This record gives sequence, C-alpha cells and structure tokens, in this order.
Amino acid sequence: MVIHIVDRRLNPGSKSLENRQRFLRRAKALVQGAVKKTSQDRDIKDVLEGGEVTIPLDGMDEPRFRREGGTRDMVLPGNKKYVEGDWLQRPNQSGAKGSGAGEGDSEDAFRFVLSREEFVDLFLDDLELPDLAKRKLAETESEGIQRAGYATSGSPANISISRTVGRALARRVALRRPRKDEIEALEAELAECDDATRRTELLAQLEALMAKKKRIPFIDPIDIRYRRFETVPKPVAQAVMFCLMDVSGSMSEHMKDLAKRFYMLLYVFLRRRYKHVEIVFIRHTDRAEEVDEDTFFHGPASGGTLVSSALVAMNDIVRTRFRPSDWNIYAAQASDGDNMTSDSAVTGHLLTDKILPVCQFFAYLEVGEAANYTFDMPDSSLWTLYERLRNDGAPLSMRKVSERGEIFPVFQDLFKRRSKQERVA
Amino acid sequence: MGASGGLLFEGADWDFQILQRVHDACEEIARKELGLDVYPNQIEVITAEQMLDAYSSVGMPLFYKHWSFGKQFAFQEASYRKGLMGLAYEIVINSSPCISYLMEENTATMQTLVIAHAAFGHNHFFKNNYLFKQWTDADGILDYLEFAKGYIAACEDRHGREAVERTVDAAHSLMSHGIDRYPGKKVLDLRAEEKRAGERHRHEESMFNDLWRTVPNAKAKTKATLTAERRRALLGLPQENILYFLEKTAPRLAPWQREIIRIVRHIAQYFYPQSQTKVMNEGTATYVHYRIMNRLHEQGRLSDGNFLEFLQSHTNVVFQPEFDDRRYSGFNPYALGFAMMQDIERIVSKPEEEDRYWFPDIAGKGDVEGVLRDIWSNYRDESFISQFLSPALIRRFRMFHLHDDPAESAGIKVDAIHDERGYRRVRRELSRQYDVGFVDANIEVVDVDLAGDRRLMLRHTTVKGAQLNETDARRVLQHVADLWSYDVALTEVDGSDKVLKEYVISPRAAAVAA
Repeated sequence: MVIHIVDRRLNPGSKSLENRQRFLRRAKALVQGAVKKTSQDRDIKDVLEGGEVTIPLDGMDEPRFRREGGTRDMVLPGNKKYVEGDWLQRPNQSGAKGSGAGEGDSEDAFRFVLSREEFVDLFLDDLELPDLAKRKLAETESEGIQRAGYATSGSPANISISRTVGRALARRVALRRPRKDEIEALEAELAECDDATRRTELLAQLEALMAKKKRIPFIDPIDIRYRRFETVPKPVAQAVMFCLMDVSGSMSEHMKDLAKRFYMLLYVFLRRRYKHVEIVFIRHTDRAEEVDEDTFFHGPASGGTLVSSALVAMNDIVRTRFRPSDWNIYAAQASDGDNMTSDSAVTGHLLTDKILPVCQFFAYLEVGEAANYTFDMPDSSLWTLYERLRNDGAPLSMRKVSERGEIFPVFQDLFKRRSKQERVA
Repeated sequence: MGASGGLLFEGADWDFQILQRVHDACEEIARKELGLDVYPNQIEVITAEQMLDAYSSVGMPLFYKHWSFGKQFAFQEASYRKGLMGLAYEIVINSSPCISYLMEENTATMQTLVIAHAAFGHNHFFKNNYLFKQWTDADGILDYLEFAKGYIAACEDRHGREAVERTVDAAHSLMSHGIDRYPGKKVLDLRAEEKRAGERHRHEESMFNDLWRTVPNAKAKTKATLTAERRRALLGLPQENILYFLEKTAPRLAPWQREIIRIVRHIAQYFYPQSQTKVMNEGTATYVHYRIMNRLHEQGRLSDGNFLEFLQSHTNVVFQPEFDDRRYSGFNPYALGFAMMQDIERIVSKPEEEDRYWFPDIAGKGDVEGVLRDIWSNYRDESFISQFLSPALIRRFRMFHLHDDPAESAGIKVDAIHDERGYRRVRRELSRQYDVGFVDANIEVVDVDLAGDRRLMLRHTTVKGAQLNETDARRVLQHVADLWSYDVALTEVDGSDKVLKEYVISPRAAAVAA
C-alpha cells in the first residue's frame, strides 16, 4: 500500500498565533489590568520581559448547557471493603462536584504566558502610546562594510580564488587549450614511434599544441576577480540610558515614583528602538555615585544638593565606558529643582560643553508633590537655569510633573517636539 | 520484505526509512494476522509546538479562526511549559487518507507503537465502525474544513469580525445540541457542501426581482388557520437539534449566518461518533498496537530493550487508578477498552464455565480476530459495555455501583458490588455512564408562538432530578435568543411534565441577527 510520510517540522509554526491574538484582543481589558499589575512590581529592565499573567475567566467563558444536582449513579473501580447495602458518608456537601460532569468551572482564573512583544504592546497600549515606535529617533550612524559582489580590480588580499579559477577554467575550455594528457599521449606515441614520416607529423603536432598552450595562459589577468566591499551606514544598535536623580531629603517617595515611571517609559521606548540598552543609575546629593536600581529608588541618602556632581559622574562614565560614536546616549534627570545657587555656573558649563553634545536626548523632569501646583510656585533654581540654557539654544527637554497621569503626556510631548526638530517649549 | 527481516531499527533514533520499514512491518501483521481494513495512511512528523497548535484546533490540521482556540492554546501552552501536562505521542484524524501526526521527540520504539496504534488501530476503527460510517465522511472532511475556514474568513472580510464572532460564539455554545442523534434519509456528503452553498447563493440571486418589491403585500391570513398540530408538523417539531432548527427557521438571520451555523453543526456532527466511542476506539487501538508489538518482538524485529521500553509506556497508558487514588478521574478509556478487548480474546479462545453462560454466542468460538472485528464494527461504548463487560472483568476491576440520592440523609448507598447479585446492575450502570442520551441534557424545541410574539419555546426534560446550571443556562439561552431575535423560553420539566423552572430571555440590542 502506498504510504505518505510527510515531514511537517519545517512548516511555519505558530498556526495558532492568530487565534491567540483574537483571544488577547477579546480579553484585552482583563489582560491589560493584569499587565499593569505585574509591571508595577517590576524593575525597569524587567518591564519588558513577557511573563505569566492571570486573568479572571469572566467574560471569556464558553457557556454550555450543563446539569447539576439530582440523583447520581456511578460505577467506580477499586472496591476494597464495601458490600451491597453499605452506606458511605458524603465527603462534603458540595454535592455536584465529582465525576467529570462539572469540569468546566474548575478553572475560574486563567493563567497563561505572554510573550515579550505582547506584553510591551499591552503595556504601551495601556499608556495610550499607539505608534511611538514609528516615531523617528535621531540616531548616530557608523560606517560598516558589507559584501557587494565582485570586481575586476582590487587589492590582492581580496582575490576570490574560486571565482578566478572558475573563470580561468571556462576560458581554457572555450579556447580549447591543450590538456596535459593530450600532450602526454603525443609524447608517449612519439617515444615509441619509429616511422620517420609519422614522427615528423607527431613532432609538428606536438609543437603546435605546445605553442597553443603557451598562447593561452593557465590563468589570465582577465580571469581575476576581486571580492568587492561597500561601506554602508550602519545604525548603532546600542544605547545607554542615564538616569540621574536627586535623592536629597527633599525628594519624597511620590516624586521618586514619578521619576521611576518616566524612566520606565524611556526604557521601553529605547528598547523598541535599539537591540541593546544599558541603564546607568546615578544618584546625587552633594556627591554623586553610580548605584544599582534598588539603591537608586529605595536607598536612603541625605545631604545637600549639587547637580553638577551628577553631571561630572555621568561625563566620567561616558568617557570611560560609552564612546559616543558607539553608543546612543540618552539621559533623563529628575529632581525637585533645588540646587545650590553657587553650582549654577558649573552645571550650565558642564551641560552645554560636555553632556549635551554627546547626548541624543536630555530630558529634565521636575517632579513635585501631588496636588501641589508647581506652576503656581516660583520657578526653582534648576528650572531657571535650564530655561536660560535652553533659550540660549541648548537642546534640552524639560517638564514639570506632579501627578502620575501627567507622566505619559509629558513623555509623548517631549518626543513629539523633538521629532519635528523644534525646540522644546 | 520477509517476516523475519532482522531488527527494524536499533537504539532510539529513527529516520524516514525506518518509519517506512516500521509501517510496512506493522501493515503486514495488521492485514494478515488481524485482518484489518484501513484507509491509506499518511504519516506526518511534527514538532512539539505544532502539536500544541493541533491541540488547540481540536486536532484538525486546518480549522477556522476563533478566539476560543486561542484561549485553549494559551492555557495548554502555559501548562505544558510548567510541565503539568505531557503532550500526546500522536494525533490521528478520521479522514481518508488517514493522517497520523507523530511527534519528532518520540523514540523509534514510540514511533512504532504510535504507528501501530494510530495508523492501524484507530484507522481500522474509523473505517469500519458503523457510527463513523453513518455520521462522518472521511473523504470529504479535509476539503470541508478548508471550505469552512475560507468561508468564515470571507464572512469576516465582508461583515466584520465582531459580527461573525458573535455568530460563531452563539453557535459554539449550542454545539452539543446541534447534532442529529438518529440517521435521517440523507447521506452526508461534505464535498458537495461547498458547491451547495454556492448554488443556494446563486439561486437566491437569480430569483431576485425588484418588481416583487412593488407588488402590494398579500393580505395576511385573517384567522389563525394553522392549528397547533399542523404548525408543529410544518416546523418539524419537536426538534432536538437546536442549531438545525435555528438555521432553518430563525426569522432574521442573514444567509451567511445560517451557513456559519451549518458549518458548526456539521463539525459537531463529525465529532459526534468520537464522543460515543472513546472506550472502544482507544481499546481497539491499544489492543492492535499490543498485538503488533508483541508479534514484532516474536519475529525478532524488535530488540528486547526496545520491547521493554514499549511495555513500560504501554503499562502507563493502560493504568487505571482506583477510586480512592488521588490520580483517579474516572475510568481510563485505554485501560477499560484494552482490558475488555483482551477479555473478549480470552472468552473466545479459552472460556470458563461462567463465560459460556454469560456469552454463549462468542465463548469458545475460536476466531478471535473475527469476533473482535465484528464488535469493532457494530457497537458503540454504551452497547459494547452492556454486552461484553464480563463478570471476570468486573471482579478484576473490583467495580462497585454507588447510588447518591441527595434526599437521602444517611449518605451514599453502595448499590451493587462485584458479586453474583451485582454483575448485571454494575454493568447496566456503567454502560449508562456512556450513553449519550444520559450524558447530554435532553433539550428540545417544542413550539413557536407564530401568532403572538414569536416566542421560541424549549423544553428540558430532566433525568433523575438534574437541572441545568442556572448561570450557564442563562448565557446559552442568551445566545439562542440573539440568534432567534425574539424571546426564548425554556421550561424544565420532570418525567411527569411537572414544571420545575422557567427561563425567559430576550435578545440583546446588538443581537446577532440585527
């Protein structure tokens, strides 16, 4: 009998992808809630990892007519001690549960795993950030080289042996260059031949062949081919994000939370754009230090406020670890706006001369207490300074934020303005 | 290839030549020794991920798109990743050619087992069992699914995904009540379905004449000339196939919605025999693979080590936990089915006195394969168990029957055990557990109030006092009402027509048939 064995392993997988997307679309509100909840407890970097979410089955169920209650009869295996007429205690009074009949409702909460893309989509969607990924970011490019066919000229190091030999062979065949075995055959015949006329004939033939062989070289310069390379602009696929934050006593938990949210968004945004994103956390009081994320947000610190210290630290780190030609550098600074007045000149100088020239983007976020209308208050010293710098033409983005809800609009606004090559207002 | 061609393979690795050899070796035994009659085989090797894909589309190679399959997939993927669930070694499709999916992770022994099990055991059952012959069209199913997939996708393009999804949701909720339980006069021909859908459509188009719109409506019939009797007869009532009734008579459904209901109905019908023959189907396949593997080993074509590997998985498959075991979740169809097949083999070849009394027709008849083939062709789980569950097997499984009457305060009564007095009762009750008549709620369309508010009337005749779960019933009835476009009433009655509960549900504003 004919049997067909088919190897389906190479068929495109994820046939269920569309069904899965339909399911997610349908459960969007629920899944989004779950994503939001999950992401709150995460570190900035982990916000993008997919992961398991649990959603209630409400609204996702598929109802069927199902019966419950009534008298039940069942046959079970494994009787050990019962005889006819025995009475068994009911295990508990939730009578309807049992042999397969009510299986459907046992999964009242539904756990499943979201992939990274799905997670980020939902996360961003929640923030009403629909096409941020399409927005063009300024990006530095470096030159890269890539293969671009073959050329007739080039450096000897780039000779393509196989091409060259191949072409030489083709040419030799086309021009009928005498082969070695032909000549050898003639020579052998000549050596054994006694007939004089035949000998002269053979000699003439041999000579003609040798001459032809000489005329047609084994490898001709026209055979030679070189591998050609082209330089192409290659986007730098890595970025570093500096998070600078004032952690002096005047920064409250609420303010830090606002800053964290902003950093999170920036990270998500960069993550969608670049293959590799590093985060550097620099916190400062009157001294600055590079710390890990946990310390950054939760570690206690006290002291005065010197913004320039953070900028110096950032500048050092950039110099030693992140060459601007290899890295896209993003920086976001969060502060309540306090700064020593004497520090202003140093800060301004550092920013315009050292930091801004290497940064793709520098954002300053002034965070305030909730329900505290920062706009009514006199501008802080740092704000005044940055505003002056910006008016002088420094590419700075700055915003004041006091409520969680403001974070996202601010973020969007910052990027929108920037993409139009306008000065941020 | 001769009967003793040496080892089929060595070790655990396999390749496509080995699969071919294994198939040929199995086929020889299946045909010559067991006398199986199978559809041509198509064996497809797939990855674990593809197996998960297949799981979520009810095992079919192609299926229309619907969110519920995605949910299924997400759920299964999560439990698979956590290691809560192993994947089946194989999936087999009742089609011609009969497609068996083999997992690439399987060892060579497992592939042999799976080929014997699916490509011959299940395959023979599909081709020969009367239910499958009656209700499924193995030649046409793949083409039909292709058509269904395309049709529903086209509907989505034309009418919007949401509208289509609502209709499919509604139809799915009634899937278990979209089945003809008794064969009608027509023979199912799924291949022709696609053509017919087109013809119906063309016919409607060709009959359209704008003139008719301008003709004044005929005067409505003044009197309710239709008596209730006649009305019911015209509507084909009572009708237990609710989907069929809605497809044919729901007043405001668009043609494409009727077609979608029809598709869901056909597919439900296609799976109907499988739900009625779980024990038999798995029992047959397991018995067949057991025979084939043993014979291969005897012929020296399967090494001792590989045979031990086979025995281990076989033992796992036919393991039956006892009722007080934590792993117990009902009878394992593989265990029960395989045990019954082996028991029948014993009765036919080496009967005891008791067997001669209980099974005079087959005891000592000698022709094991012939008897089994006849059983495989002509029974379903319910009749199979009620005919062939022997006292010996009841004793072996130590089966007992519990009767749980909620009104009885003393507890649950042990009604029968594996003794002389109990055999028949245990057997009867077990077979009833597999009776579709008892498994699904008996709900019928009984009447339509054509003269009044067009209310659709359903009736649930309860059995042994089991009523519908109210939350779910309301949800399903909501779907019915949406399809029907007018109120739907469901009455639950007991055997003596005493009304136990009544539901009335109105269609939603954004109903399916808007």
